Parts: sequence; structure tokens; C-alpha cells
Amino acid sequence: MTKDYLIERNGKKYEVVIGLEVHAQVLSESKLFSTSPTKFGSEPNTQVSLVDAAFPGMLPVINEFCIKQAIKTGIGLNAKINNKSIFDRKNYFYADLPQGYQISQYKDPIVGEGNVVVDLASGSKTIGIERLHLEQDAGKSIHDIDPKNTLVDLNRSGVALMEIVSKPDLRSPEEVNVYIKKLRSIMRYLGTCDGNMQEGSLRADVNVSVRKQGDDKYGTRCEIKNVNSIKFMQMAIEYEANRQVDILEEGGKIDQETRLFDTKKNETRSMRSKEDAHDYRYFPDPDLLPLEFNDEYVENIKKEIPELPDQKKSRFIEKFNLSPYEANILVSDLDISKYFEAVIENSDVKLSSNWITGELFALLNEKNLEITESPISAKNLSKLINLIKDGTISGKIAKTVFEMMAEGDKNPIEIVKEKGLKQQSDPNELEKLIEKVINDNQDKVKEYKSGKDKLFGFFVGQAMKVSEGKANPQLVNEILKKKLK
Amino acid sequence: MSNIIDLSLSELVSNIKSKKISSNEATLAYVERSKKSKNLNAYNEETFDAALKKANEFDSKPDFNKKLPGVPIAVKDLFCTKNIKTTASSKILNNFIPTYESTVTQNLWNDGSILLGKLNCDEFAMGSSNETSYFGNVISPIDKDLVPGGSSGGSASALAAKLTPATIGTDTGGSIRQPASFTGTVGLKPTYGSCSRYGIVAFASSLDQAGPMTRNVKDSALLLEVMSSFDNKDSTSVDFKRPMYSKELSKDIKGKKIGIPKEYRVEGMSEEIEKLWEDGKKYLKDCGAEIIDVSLPHTKFALPTYYIVAPAEASSNLARYDGVKYGFRTEGNNLIDMYEKTRSEGFGDEVKRRIMIGTYVLSSGYYDAYYLKAQKVRRLIKNDFSNVFQKVDAILTPSTPSSAFKIGEKSNDPVSMYLNDIFTVPVNLAGLPGISIPAGLDKKGYPLGLQIIGKSFDEQNILNIAYSMEDKINFKFNLKEWWMND
Repeated sequence: MTKDYLIERNGKKYEVVIGLEVHAQVLSESKLFSTSPTKFGSEPNTQVSLVDAAFPGMLPVINEFCIKQAIKTGIGLNAKINNKSIFDRKNYFYADLPQGYQISQYKDPIVGEGNVVVDLASGSKTIGIERLHLEQDAGKSIHDIDPKNTLVDLNRSGVALMEIVSKPDLRSPEEVNVYIKKLRSIMRYLGTCDGNMQEGSLRADVNVSVRKQGDDKYGTRCEIKNVNSIKFMQMAIEYEANRQVDILEEGGKIDQETRLFDTKKNETRSMRSKEDAHDYRYFPDPDLLPLEFNDEYVENIKKEIPELPDQKKSRFIEKFNLSPYEANILVSDLDISKYFEAVIENSDVKLSSNWITGELFALLNEKNLEITESPISAKNLSKLINLIKDGTISGKIAKTVFEMMAEGDKNPIEIVKEKGLKQQSDPNELEKLIEKVINDNQDKVKEYKSGKDKLFGFFVGQAMKVSEGKANPQLVNEILKKKLK
Repeated sequence: MSNIIDLSLSELVSNIKSKKISSNEATLAYVERSKKSKNLNAYNEETFDAALKKANEFDSKPDFNKKLPGVPIAVKDLFCTKNIKTTASSKILNNFIPTYESTVTQNLWNDGSILLGKLNCDEFAMGSSNETSYFGNVISPIDKDLVPGGSSGGSASALAAKLTPATIGTDTGGSIRQPASFTGTVGLKPTYGSCSRYGIVAFASSLDQAGPMTRNVKDSALLLEVMSSFDNKDSTSVDFKRPMYSKELSKDIKGKKIGIPKEYRVEGMSEEIEKLWEDGKKYLKDCGAEIIDVSLPHTKFALPTYYIVAPAEASSNLARYDGVKYGFRTEGNNLIDMYEKTRSEGFGDEVKRRIMIGTYVLSSGYYDAYYLKAQKVRRLIKNDFSNVFQKVDAILTPSTPSSAFKIGEKSNDPVSMYLNDIFTVPVNLAGLPGISIPAGLDKKGYPLGLQIIGKSFDEQNILNIAYSMEDKINFKFNLKEWWMND
């Protein structure tokens, strides 16, 4: 059991209560209400239709694919899918909001309550999901190109977002980390969001409040807007929670407000107070009919749902006898799990798990690569593992082979052949080799026989050295023991 | 042969089809007459040269299978027309040239019609007298000081003055039927969902509907047939089997049950209107229809409901006119300053009034009391009609509570202006089809109209009833052409 995340001041302990509104970009070729493409990184204003730029008389038409993606995500969050939902207009003026309103869902979202199970060091915890709704993204205002003007790029305008609102069930920066990662993992399994935080496909508004440990009433919360990395979310929460505790300890009151996180100064700052909050004048968009579908529609989508991380984890534990910890690592990312399953198709499960989570992860980490960019293919890693398993090479030699494989995905069988790295397992050969070692080190033999047991390791080392590491260590041990009696 | 401009749309079509008149002759006749009629201020944009060129193209390669072969038509300046300035009669769009075509106008061109020009209207279709246009008020050919009605005032004026053989308008609360009534013409607002809203500058999305404005009922049927189509670019467009309205037009309305709603006998209604309505009933009886008294109990709430719902939607629909992307802009010190200056200078008073009303009724704290309540009342008004339509096939009412008024007479009294729409707005709120036909003259000699309201998508039925009545009414108005220049 790990320690709870609590903030201590003057002998009092404060609990931090966190809720997240995650904005996940729907993985879709075209936008929520128009046919424009959604390709990231395109030249400014090249992915913009007349609808996205809100020309007079232009009307939104729902992209059914995005609806299906939202339903899929809802299913992945074990959530209630609402057969009728309504698109509303959220009215406000901004240069990168061409319509003067954002089409969103307010009172009647497409997905209702659900939950996500996260694995913490202390065990698993269920985080409640309040709702998921669909909405349009805004464009981008660029302030730093022209000294006098703000430039607007509407490529993102109208791109579909899913806003996933959690219940205030998170209690620490670490829980936020695990929750976001789990959410991302589920959506990547489903193919509904690529979860790419660098490209802004996943961002969050973070609601933070504090209360004295044991209180059952929530404190007043502040919302930190639009944080785009897990690290920044954690930093923001830590700063914000401490700020709130300081205020309370000084006898002050928390003002409900919207804040922003300054990543350079590592602090949150007030953006606007509750009094200054926008009046968004939500009302149902008269250009769109209520979104309705029947149960059969949802059932058909359910058939397309792949095995999700939780199910895969259970399967890995049951079928492959992996520990929950190992299984967790292997299922956390869809591509990792795919890689793992490709390797174990022809290889030993335990060795595969060890090599992937050990050597391979270290290599990827060092080179800053995703598993999909791995220099060693699953096929070749599988071969390497088989070479270890059948005794062709030792684990130690395997590491050398692995390093060579990393330089361009070479076939380990060929490496072993080329470099003559095959393990020496012929007892006669080994006996000769060991006899030579004993003869060359008679003084050490004397010491050993007079009781210096530790020297056994020395003889093993010498044998390995002479064999250039190729001697089968198990056999070396056996023969040495016999000879040194 | 009579003068080209005196022919109805249907007559012109058959004359072109039988090669008695070329598209060029027809177009030239209307261009020349339009050029002599600038006093009416009916046009915002004239496309006469392009029209003549297209007419010649048509004549050189005529396709007489089209429903409107080479027929020139001027349209309300609320329809976006590709490469032709489209302003909604607002300063804020006064330099706006769309790169796209509205579905309804595209349907006209696809069926052989040719654009004569864009017709004046109230700014963003907000008005009942065509006095709110940035390009000045439109004058009715009926009389010098008279408004043509609104918001499709330019359309009504051009049609009545024979500057176009027919035209199209939009109707959010009566903007086709009221000006038709004021100018002695036929105006039809189709069922919501019949004509695509794609490419029409939006006023109030849940109420807006395009429709034909014509000299007679037969023309109305023909033009509706061309305009109406299912359009997947408009999510509120309805995919129903559209009849061949003009082909199926019939004067046989024997046994049809026509409802007379008692709530439309409003306080202070003039005897002329009473008599007009009575005459209407008599004509219907003469045609073999049965008159039944009915009740639409929530009628009195229709106008207040409309003046909450329509401005609410408008306040949001007009947010896109912000000076950022297109249209008029006044530079400012910062973004907010630019918005404020652009919108203050770009919108006229009536539009601003409605944006403010709309913003107010949607504001937190007022939403439930106004907007939400209005939506509930709208439902009750719809239910009223549904109940009545279980007993009757159509409803007969006056189109307006009075004939056309003088220019300036109501412009400082918005409420009395809004009261003009009292008989037309319930139809928009319920999404039903309604047609106004000329039915008589008041004592000043100004036209008055009767309105026939039908069930959803039952345009054929109200067209048939109107067609039968038209025959009995035999409406005549002696147009004096006082406005013409040489």
C-alpha cells in the first residue's frame, strides 16, 4: 500500500480532489460537420470548407463516422449510450471561431455515465465518467507572426472532439497520470483517438479543489484550462493544490475561477472569475435535428469493438501466466501488445516478456523510439529468443547479438553463424578447455582446495573468457565442480 | 399576341416551348422594363447583360424539355448566387460575392431559368415593409407612397410591376405571403423541409423557408415544382415524394372540409377584411367545399412566441458577421473594438434590435422564462393545428389584418409593424404550408389577400383550393405604371 497523496500544513492534512475534462480529437478523415480533411500539420487554411469558415447560408451536416467513433468510445468506457442526443450552440465571439458559436452538446450528450479502471501501485481503482459529448474544435489564432495583426488558421476549425468528463474521483497527480494513460490506451485500442498530445489530439481542463482529510464535502474548485501534457497537468495540480491550501491556512476562501497554467513559470494564474464567466447562451442548434439511433445501431457497433486493455490483461494473466504487473506493461499500449503477441506466436512467453520489457524497452528508450519504430522486428526478436531457449546461445551472448540486431534488424541466426557465436555445449571440448584453465592456474587451485570457495567463480570466468563467452555456462559449472573435487 | 411582360410564367413557358417567343425576346422585354422601373428600387443587383448572353446561349441550343426554358427570373437577394454579389440588403455584406450557389436557385438554373438580378428585401429579411434595407426602401407599384410589404418586398414589387415573370422569396414569419397580399400576387410558403435552406442567408433557421411568388396559382405550382428538392446539404431537408404540382393541379375540391379558425377574428379587424373572408367562404362553398368552424386556441401566443424564437436564432446566426472573414469591416484598436465598430456600423437598427432581443432571451437567468417557454408554446401551437387537421383538409384565414400601409407609417412603431404578421407567423411556427392569393381590394383600392393553410407536405391540396378560388374571385387590379421612366 502506497501512501495517500496529501498536503500537510501546520499539522493538518489536505486531500486533493481532481476531475478532468479531456478533449480527445476524434480519429476521422473528415470534420464533424463538413467534408474537409483533418490532416495535421497542413499548410494554414488549406483544410477549410465554406461550412468551416461559416460562409452565409452554409449548413452543418453530421459526419456519421464521428458519431460511431463517439459511440465506440462510450462502449470502451463502459458507459450508457444515449439513443437521443442534441447538438447545441455555445455562443461566444472569437477570431478563430468563424460561426460565432461552437456546436457542442450541452444537456443531452451522446454518452452518459461510465467508468475506467486504473491500476495503481496500491491496487486498482475505478474512476467514474460523468459523460462524453461531441463538439467542434475552434481554429487557431497566431499572434507571433505579424507584429500588428493576429493571423487565423482555420484548418482545425470544425474538427470533431470528444469531451470526456470524469467525476471528481482522482486524488493525486499520479492518479491523473495513470487515468490519462488508460484513457488514451482505450481510445487507441478502439482507433477512436490517436492520443497524440504533441499534436494536441489530447488535452485537458483540470478541475482542482482541496479539503481537509476526512471531510466529505468538496471544496471550491478552480479550473485550469487547456493543459496539453501529463507532466504539465501534474505540475499544475501540485502548484494549484498547494496554492489553495495556503489560502485556506491563512483563513482565506477559494474563489471559483478559471485559471491557466504558465509552463515557463510553473504556476497557475487567474484567467477569469466566476462573475466574469461567459454567458454562452446555449440553445439547440436549429440547423441540426436531434441525433437519434436505435439499440440495433449500437449493437452493430459493439460487434466492431476489439479486445480492450482490461480484457487483454486478464487473458495474458490467465493464458500466459504473466504477473499482473507484466501484463499491465504489455497491454498498456496497443502496439506493444501487438508486438508482444507477434513475438510469442513462435517463442517462449516468459522469455519474450522479459526481453521486451527489459532489453527492447531500454533500447527504445535510449533511441527515443516508439515500438512501431523498433529497429528490431518482432519476427527477429522471436528468433533470438528461440536461440536462447534451445541453448544455441547463452543469455549473455544473446545481449551481444541483440546489440548487433539493433543496427538494422539483422537476422540473429545469421549473426550467430557469421560471428561464430554458437554456444559450446560439447562436453569433450569443454573438458579440454577446462583442463587448460586448471593447468594454467595451479596456484588458484591450491587456494580453492584449501577452502577458498569463492574462487569457483574465477574458474567459471576464465573458462568463459577462453571460450570467448561461448561456453555453455551450465556445463562449465558441472565440469568444473567435478574436476576441482 | 399580347405583350410578353403580360404573360404569366406558364404562358411564357408554353410560348417559348412552341417557339413563338425566344428566350432573348423574353429576357430583353424584362430587362427593358426593369431598366425603366428604377423608381421602385426593386433591384439590389442587376445582371441584365449576363442574362441576355445566357438567353442567346439558350436560343442557340434550346432545351425545351426544361420546365423553365430560357425564362428570365429575378430573385430575392437572400439567395447566394455564384460570382454575383449577395448582400441580404445589409451593409455588412455589401461587398460579398459568394463562390457558391444556393440549392433553390441552382434548381431554377438547372431547369433552364436565367438570373435577371437580385431583388431588394428587408435587411437579413427582418421587416414587414422593406424599409430596413441598407439599399433603401422599395416602393410598391400599387401606389406611390405604399410599402410593398416585407421582407420579400423587392420580389413582390418586381413581380407586381412585371419586372420579372415570377420570383422567389423567403418566408420566416410571413415574408412571402404578406408582400404577396399587399401587391395582389400569389405567394406560397412551403412546408418546412420542402425547399433546401442551403445557400440562403439565414435569419431564423427553424422557421426560414423559400417559396414561389407568382402572378397566379398555376405559376406557383410550376415554380414550387422546380424549387423543391431533397438536399443532403441541409439536415432539415425532408426526403418525401414531391408531386408534379403543376400537372396535378385541379379545380375539383368538392367535399373538401375547410376550417375557419375563430381566433383569427381579431379585435379591431376591419369590415373589409371580414367581408373578404366571408366572400372567401362563399366561393369555397360554390366550389363544393364544406365550411367548418374550428378553434386554434393558442393563436394569441403566436406573435410573442415568434418574436422570441426568431430573434434568438437570429442573434446566433448573425454572429458570423464579425468582420474577420468576409464582408464589411471597420478596423479597431483590438479584436473587441473591431467587432463593436464593424457590427455597429454594419447592421441597421432593426437587425440590432432583434440581435439584442435574441441575446436577451437566451441569457442565463432569462432562458427558461423566455426561450424555453416559447418552445413549449410553439409545441402547443403545432398541436392546435394537428388537432384541427384531424377534422379539416385546410384552413382559410385573411393573409394580413389590413392592406398595405404608407412608407414611414409604422417604421417608428415596431410592435404595430410586428402585428402585421399576426396571421402568418403561426404557420411558420407550425412548419406548415400556406398560400396567399389576391382576393379583393379595400376601399382605397389596395389589394387584400386570403391565406389557405394546409397540412404538412400537402401543398398540392392548398394549391388546388387556391386554384379553384382564384377562378371564382377573378381578381383584377389596374396597374397604372406611374413609376415608369422613359
